[in-house]
Amino acid sequence: MASFYGFEPDNPLFLGTAQYPSPAILAEAVKRSGAEVVTVSLRRESSGGAGQAFWALIRELGVKVLPNTAGCHTVKEAVTTAQMAREVFGTDWIKLEVIGEDDTLRPDVIALVEAARILTDDGFKVFPYTTEDLVVGGRLLDAGCEVLMPWGAPIGSGRGLNNPYGLRSMRQHFPDVPLVVDAGIGLPSHAAQAMEMGYDGILLNTAVAKAGDPAAMAEAFALAIRAGRQAFAAQPIEARDMAAPSTPVMGKAFLA
Amino acid sequence: MTLLLNGAPQDVAAKTLADALAELGFGGRIVATAVNGDFVPARKRAETALSEGDRIEIVAPMQGG
Repeated sequence: MASFYGFEPDNPLFLGTAQYPSPAILAEAVKRSGAEVVTVSLRRESSGGAGQAFWALIRELGVKVLPNTAGCHTVKEAVTTAQMAREVFGTDWIKLEVIGEDDTLRPDVIALVEAARILTDDGFKVFPYTTEDLVVGGRLLDAGCEVLMPWGAPIGSGRGLNNPYGLRSMRQHFPDVPLVVDAGIGLPSHAAQAMEMGYDGILLNTAVAKAGDPAAMAEAFALAIRAGRQAFAAQPIEARDMAAPSTPVMGKAFLA
Repeated sequence: MTLLLNGAPQDVAAKTLADALAELGFGGRIVATAVNGDFVPARKRAETALSEGDRIEIVAPMQGG
């Protein structure tokens, strides 16, 4: 079981809390998913105090929170947001996003490494949203990160694992680092695919929140993640090009 | 003085960040603050003096992915 800065969830689903049809459906989805960690953000507080009600709902759920720096485009913005999140949420965990390009929400990996170093030096436990680039991954570990979160596909796209080869390479290159596929997951089968590769967790939001029945989809993801993890542990067979009969050839009756 | 509060002009009588938060109805709420792009921890709000045109950001927990 993977350890995320000492936390070992039975269910390694990190579930986002945005875009649900209602707070009640969000709460039901979190429960049905069995997620032990949910992601949250910080936004300007309205005079009506919408943030206070949301925070009360999350606290009632009794799950850990992983605040993000979503929408930050510079090191300074991301670091300041992380500092504010630590105070408000009372956790040193931070999902570090530094966006480099708006059409794909691709991370600015140069700024990401710089921000990660500043934050780890300041005592944060950084979960960096990165790409499957092995060199960047190494730099993030050098900067003090103990978890890597490569994207599957652009955030909210639902495309699944765009680069299975790259993600598999990352798994093999960093055999002992907790790896989470973060972003781009659309279907439970995508999550299962990542877990079958040996990934340690899945972070997703849109695929559940925007489903016709978010709570049912949340449970479907939990089942897929469990199936994928068990499959990896059970050591899958290698694929081959040609058929290999499974029924014994020896002893077949001669009937031609 | 006039501050830029969460992107909008806002007149306040307060001279410190703590007093401004109370004056604007944020007292007692779970929020984090930044002045001119720098984080100001809650414990330093009372000693943080404000100046005309300061950019104040007041953020709170929100849904996120």
